[in-house]
Amino acid sequence: MTLTPASPDPLSGLDQNAGPTDGHASGHSSHANHSLTGFIIFLCSESIIFFAFFTGYAVLKLSSLNWLPPGVEGLEWRTPLAYTAVLVSSSGTIALAEWFLNRGNLWGFRAFWLLSMAMGTVFLYGQAVEWAGLSFGITSGSFGSCFYLLTGFHGLHVASGVLLMGLMLIRSFRAGNYEGGEQGVVAASLFWHFVDVIWVLLFLLLYAWPA
Amino acid sequence: MTITPFDPGLSAAPTPQPKAPNSWKRYFSFNTDAKVIGIQYIATALIFLLVGGLLAMIMRGELITPEADLVDRTVYNGLYTMHGTIMLFLFMFPVLNGLNNLLIPCMIGAPDMAFPRLNAAAFWLVPVFGVILMASFLVPGGPAASGWWSYPPVSLQNPLGFLINGEALWIVAVALSGVSSIMGAINFVTTILRMRAPGMTLFRMPIFCWTALSAQIIQLIGLPALTGGALMLLFDLVVGTSFYRPEGGGDPVLYQHFFWFYSHPAVYVIILPVFGVFSELFPVYARKPLFGYRFVAMASLVIVALSLVVWVHHMFPSGVPQWMRDLFMVTTMLIAVPTGIKVFAWLATLWGGKLRLNTPMLFALGGLFNFVFAGVTGIMLATVPVDIHVNNTYFVVGHFHYVIYGAATMGVYAAIYHWFPKFTGKMYYEGLGQLHFLLTFIGTNLNFFPMHPLGLMGMPRRVSSYDPEFAFWNVLASLGAFLLGVSIIPFLLNLVSSLVRGKQAPANPWNAIGLEWLLPSPPPAENFEENVPTVISGPYGYGSGLPLVEHQERYPRATDFLATGQA
Repeated sequence: MTLTPASPDPLSGLDQNAGPTDGHASGHSSHANHSLTGFIIFLCSESIIFFAFFTGYAVLKLSSLNWLPPGVEGLEWRTPLAYTAVLVSSSGTIALAEWFLNRGNLWGFRAFWLLSMAMGTVFLYGQAVEWAGLSFGITSGSFGSCFYLLTGFHGLHVASGVLLMGLMLIRSFRAGNYEGGEQGVVAASLFWHFVDVIWVLLFLLLYAWPA
Repeated sequence: MTITPFDPGLSAAPTPQPKAPNSWKRYFSFNTDAKVIGIQYIATALIFLLVGGLLAMIMRGELITPEADLVDRTVYNGLYTMHGTIMLFLFMFPVLNGLNNLLIPCMIGAPDMAFPRLNAAAFWLVPVFGVILMASFLVPGGPAASGWWSYPPVSLQNPLGFLINGEALWIVAVALSGVSSIMGAINFVTTILRMRAPGMTLFRMPIFCWTALSAQIIQLIGLPALTGGALMLLFDLVVGTSFYRPEGGGDPVLYQHFFWFYSHPAVYVIILPVFGVFSELFPVYARKPLFGYRFVAMASLVIVALSLVVWVHHMFPSGVPQWMRDLFMVTTMLIAVPTGIKVFAWLATLWGGKLRLNTPMLFALGGLFNFVFAGVTGIMLATVPVDIHVNNTYFVVGHFHYVIYGAATMGVYAAIYHWFPKFTGKMYYEGLGQLHFLLTFIGTNLNFFPMHPLGLMGMPRRVSSYDPEFAFWNVLASLGAFLLGVSIIPFLLNLVSSLVRGKQAPANPWNAIGLEWLLPSPPPAENFEENVPTVISGPYGYGSGLPLVEHQERYPRATDFLATGQA
């Protein structure tokens, strides 16, 4: 069974004046056609906070005499690399999901959307396992502080991304909902790509940069 | 809803809002109307101006004698910390966001902000973190006492060992303020970029919108860095991490970088909209177009770019390498170029103009005077040798109070008087306004000028007792501070009495040009609703005879009718 949304191209909603749906006076409800602009501005701003953490990490690491706490040899990078592959390929599956939505194939969209959510969850699980097995904690000097802050803050973003995608998945079951409101999907997908790019940088900084 | 603003039926028809829109209760509710939110912001900010001003007067009361005799020294540390934090995060930013909310949608012909609910949420965070910050007066150990910049390792001291202490509450409040400001900034930038009236290209926008856009871009770039840095400080304080703790390999100077990367540009967040106010007011009261409109607009963006690479000038004595000192000295001095462009553009606007010296114009001129003085001392401070000599003395305190009070707050007063008739529908009392100006201008200079000789003589800031040789200038400064306290009385009296029984304001009391002056006073909830006028010429067409919008002849008649019809 395939539900066909009335508007075949979700991006066309950007140029339409999506009318207010609640009983509020016109103009005082959210202007849906501006949401994506606002969301992109938010993502740019959000990237600065990661940039601040990255530079803080680099400054502390470069100026430190004993970077690794006693008894720590470095980070094991092979397993995280595998989970990195999972997270990065989820950017592909989410793009595929959007492609299906553009074609009006809602079930294809849902399948790949759910797959992307699952891959994000697998990544989070991998990170939890890694945290549980580490011999240092957040108070083990600057190294421990940076490691847990960076991975934890990124993990929060992955979790938020999965929740956001879950919300979009539920909304896809409301009949006719994606006739003008697909910007949520575009935004969630943008957010997911953002989280992926941040992780690649984070992986290079934390695991690939030798102590 | 298709009723036009010129429809005679509008004044008779019941207002279409589901909730009675003119009820005072809307100012205490989660209202999504930008004009309500703007007034909420400004009222909240003025309350905190009184709180911060009270703290300042206690400090000046302490400093009127050389001995520490009025308050305990630790209390004094809390006083200046809270004074700075309240004035910046609870007065200055909220009052400017209030102006943004009132002015931007009206000036660009938008019915409201792009995200009204986000807007309301951003406002309601202000009282929340205001209460959190005020609550720190009540916790054991008192409020944060490490200065408004909260440098570690001083800020990481927690001698009583409580989880909830003044410093932790301070960090939470500042972080929430950052979240609120980012929510506001996303809203303002989206609104300006996406919701302008037809025909209003970027270079037909009023300068206030340019400066607001520039200031909000700084918020979007700078605030996340401060929030990140504050988060790490909170972890160091509460969890025991080692970002800034030297004993765990941390670097206290790293915090200074995070802090000033935002907090220096924050000064431009404050002063840019005030530049916008000057650029709006001088053409109106000199009856001349703004000189060099494009240059003034672009200078704002140049200031944004430069503001991101000047922060180390706050850290010249912090052990930064010499090349950094040299580089940041040069970039800091470069700021004087776009700023100078603006100052000369205003002077050229005033030159040969037919000046009308009412309260808003007086405040704008006084603010400009103080700003030029602050700019001169600013260039002095940018110079590394001078900065190291007067670092942490009253010279610095004098300099930035000239900027923040002398220029920015006086600019805010100018804006409040200028647009008061527009957004309240009532005229203020001119005599009280001019008295307010006179007291403010004398008080500002009496309070803050003596700080410069004090600093050059070597009096350090943040002390509650001092050598008797500093007494003369300190007594003068204290008298100025009390005068500033008195100057608030005619201001508040003016606001309240004109709101209660002021004369009804016409749609355009100053004969100003701008979309907001085409609307009735106060503007209807949706501004132009669906009949947004098409802009056909640039702003500030004083003396040019060019109409601003198509069918302009329909507006004065319609708005005059509405103004009298509502009376």
